[in-house]
Amino acid sequence: MLLKELSELHGVSSGETAVRHYIRDRIQSRVDRIETDRLGNLIAHRDQGKKGPRVMLSAHMDEVGLMVVGIDASGLLKIKTVGGIDERVLISKRVLVGPRRIPGVIGAKPIHLQEKEERERPVKTTGLFVDIGATDRSDAEKDVKIGDLIAFDVEAGPFGDGLFKGKALDDRVGCAVLMNLLENEYDLPLAYAFTVQEEVGLRGATVAAFGLNPDLALVVEATSAGDVPPLKKHQASTRLGAGPAISFMDRSVIVNPALIQRLAAVAEEAGIPYQFRESTTGGTEAGVINRTRSGIPVAVISVPCRYIHAPVGIISLNDFTQTVKLIDAFLRDIEQRGLPV
Amino acid sequence: MPIATLLHDLSNAVGPSGREDRAAQIITDFFTSGEGRPWISNLHRDRLGNIILRKTGRGEQPPRIMLAAHLDEIGLIVTALEDGFIRFSTIGGIDQRVLLGQEVIVHGREDLPGVIGAKPPHLQQAGEGNNAVKIEDMTIDLGLSPERTAALVRVGDPITIKRRCCALKNSFYAGKAMDDRAGVVALVDCLRRLKDFNHEAEVLAVITVQEELGVRGAIVSAYGLNPDIGLAVDVTHGEMPGLADYEAFKLGQGPVIVTGPPVHPLIFDKLKAAAETGKIKYQVEATVTPRGTDAYAIQIAQAGVASGLVCIPLRYMHTSVETLALDDLKETGRLLAEFIMQIDHAFVEGLKCY
Amino acid sequence: MKDLLQRLTSIPGPSGREDQVRAFIQAELEDYCDELTVDTMGNLIAFKRGGKTKLQFAAHMDEIGVIVTAIDEQGFLRFGKIGGIRPHRLYAQRVRFQNGTVGVIGAEKIDDLKELTLEKLYIDIGATSAAEAKTKVSVGDIAAFDHEFVDLGQRVVAKALDDRVGCAVLIEALKRVSKPQNDLYCTFTVQEEVGLRGAKTAAFGIEPDLGIALDVTGTGDTPEAPKLAMKLGQGAAIKIKDVSLITHPQVKELLSTLAEQNGIPYQFEVLPFGGTDAGAIQLTKAGIPAGVISIPCRYLHSPSEMVDLNDVEAAVRLVVATMEHPVTL
Repeated sequence: MLLKELSELHGVSSGETAVRHYIRDRIQSRVDRIETDRLGNLIAHRDQGKKGPRVMLSAHMDEVGLMVVGIDASGLLKIKTVGGIDERVLISKRVLVGPRRIPGVIGAKPIHLQEKEERERPVKTTGLFVDIGATDRSDAEKDVKIGDLIAFDVEAGPFGDGLFKGKALDDRVGCAVLMNLLENEYDLPLAYAFTVQEEVGLRGATVAAFGLNPDLALVVEATSAGDVPPLKKHQASTRLGAGPAISFMDRSVIVNPALIQRLAAVAEEAGIPYQFRESTTGGTEAGVINRTRSGIPVAVISVPCRYIHAPVGIISLNDFTQTVKLIDAFLRDIEQRGLPV
Repeated sequence: MPIATLLHDLSNAVGPSGREDRAAQIITDFFTSGEGRPWISNLHRDRLGNIILRKTGRGEQPPRIMLAAHLDEIGLIVTALEDGFIRFSTIGGIDQRVLLGQEVIVHGREDLPGVIGAKPPHLQQAGEGNNAVKIEDMTIDLGLSPERTAALVRVGDPITIKRRCCALKNSFYAGKAMDDRAGVVALVDCLRRLKDFNHEAEVLAVITVQEELGVRGAIVSAYGLNPDIGLAVDVTHGEMPGLADYEAFKLGQGPVIVTGPPVHPLIFDKLKAAAETGKIKYQVEATVTPRGTDAYAIQIAQAGVASGLVCIPLRYMHTSVETLALDDLKETGRLLAEFIMQIDHAFVEGLKCY
Repeated sequence: MKDLLQRLTSIPGPSGREDQVRAFIQAELEDYCDELTVDTMGNLIAFKRGGKTKLQFAAHMDEIGVIVTAIDEQGFLRFGKIGGIRPHRLYAQRVRFQNGTVGVIGAEKIDDLKELTLEKLYIDIGATSAAEAKTKVSVGDIAAFDHEFVDLGQRVVAKALDDRVGCAVLIEALKRVSKPQNDLYCTFTVQEEVGLRGAKTAAFGIEPDLGIALDVTGTGDTPEAPKLAMKLGQGAAIKIKDVSLITHPQVKELLSTLAEQNGIPYQFEVLPFGGTDAGAIQLTKAGIPAGVISIPCRYLHSPSEMVDLNDVEAAVRLVVATMEHPVTL
């Protein structure tokens, strides 16, 4: 299953090679041209003989994770977070270190030896380490190098009632949406950008957008679903099962209202459920794409995801399917009526 | 000119971010009328003040390598005059705790020596010493009348710390602005080493401005040059009490080659290979987001640049007694030269295949 | 000028919804420039021919505001902020949506002012249910402060003087300039308050030789104010530094010399907080020297911002002097 395979691949920011190779192998036969740029963005073109507005679809391949920054004398790995991780989720997790996926665990001081008040304080990454079972530093150095990236070791799969759980759904679900869309034929010049380093500052999209300079960009993301306790209803932002979420504004971008209206209209005509992302926090690649060159109109469509940036996230498979449908309908609409802006 | 002399002169030179002209003069003199003139093909200063030292490569379209080290130093700036005393704010990230009791130079209509006043313990309230004095509560005393001060100083005049560079034992040097004049010296040293070599790559050594205000010089110079490869040369933390061994590096043990998201993996590998060919000792640092180096800007210029980062270990960063080992500087220059000589078309092509 | 300021500040135009401000300025300038264009981001660019150096002037049309994120069952609106607004500036204020709907900002029960966060605030538009609220307002709708213009004589008070006063200065300068010696790109930018976004893309398209922003700056002339040199009524401020920019030395020289030659009152400005469009312009492409002519303004980012008309006049004269001076850098 595509989503399961994508989720279980390693792709902590700047170490997206495994994801890039996986996607490239699967889409190569369906594109006119495919290239990797100097940052590692994978860009697939479907534009031969096509006229009309050039549309860029983007989804990021990278995930949040950890990095080995030091190895101590006893062979334990000192770590730092890559991307926005709540450090409180790290303790007592299984991880895979480096391109060879060396198994390790994030250890913690046993409860027996803790003072009572210690349990009230979160453990910072400076106090955390990964144990790969090495006997000392030189033993660890046989398998691990400084700078190696570490991902959570989580099995992905169907979950509960029509849901799906796994790591890195932010934004492998977006990658999966793009790969699904590549199955279709559109009468538009399209560029599918699978980008790198979104989680460390939207860096891949910055250069991809500059190079492509499209007339319109669509960012396909996973976004927080806060339809869980203790959040109040008005704080949910998005809800699982209510369809793709359309953003009107976040910290990085204000979406052109005409674009939002067209997306909503397309969804309504096609009977596709959708929701607005009821929040203005967070940032996406849309921000940097929007400000590229003389300005590029951009919209964000997201699959709601619970527990984003934690080791296990949860999405609704129907939201995923509806997201593919909405973008498909939107692209068909552009074929017919041109750009909304 | 011995490398130590250049380091000395540059460390002492005035050049806070956005006001780098006096420090820049040392470089432009060195490369237009001094010893460095035959080492380069031409020198250009761009509209924001970056100095671009170009040395041609071989063939029609050689691979283009940008080197970047920043010239600017952190400093202070006059915000208001108050009864002859000067209120000030910062240029770049300064720890307010290092300022108290410091001698400074206010660059008004002329250079004016000043002192950042400290309230004597006798006049302090009990417990006052438990909190650091805030920068907005400090003033500079020029020892002049309010009228003289007003005639000589205006809002917006830059201020630098008064500090002469000095040699410590074992060719260690201490002074202000080693961050990143040390990197500038390493670039100069690299160009010196390359002068007799007919390398394939074109070298664009950029002495950047306004790094401390948000890598601004690198943003625009990298855009303008649009190189194939960009290497930033900056400083990293030298070992000292209170820092863990993985976040601080040994002085005298060679340059630090950095890996992490802002560094292209093949550039990292090539730098290590160059060090091994040249038998250069090196250290490795893993970093997640070094927003504070030119590499961060160069990597995302235009449609993307394959970037790398080499750092010189430096103790007490952003104080006026930044301390380094001269050997690390020389070895950094050697590493850069070795790297440049190894770069050819095939390598640049390969940067998109990984 | 008072009339222009009153009309400009009365238009709601938070970041991303500058269309009404843009339409007003377009109508004002139709007869005073060679070309009026609107770019992808929504920036309005008034071009006037004059010489070979390309000068970009930038004043931002947008103001701070709020955006509806959710409508609850009772019809109360939850919102996010647009631009830098502190919660205490919002509490108990009135806001107006683009369709004319007015609401008041209320707060959940709090015991200590420190607990006053954006999440505790809501907008009450007098609706008795979610359904009724949704007939007036939708999620994603944007509102600005609703506050009237006050004429205090030499000084005026209004919302959105940041930066409609800059827009007014640029409009007035374009009307007054008789012999421009440079090609003028007078840019009325969008989305400044959310990160200098419009100026960035406008400068990329124009690629000027020099960029000058017209914006407001803080002052140090009120009781126990921050230690700032700028005062109301002491003239136009020539910016030396803020968080986004340290002014190019040649630009500082150019502006201060022009002010002195023309007898225009001016003051130098160092602002330890905030940024302007000039910060974005200077980093465009291979770098563009940039500076700022500021209008000192009290109570920034509040519904009652205050400027002095002497400073406004000085800024207009300095802009006109720059337009009519053959600039070489």
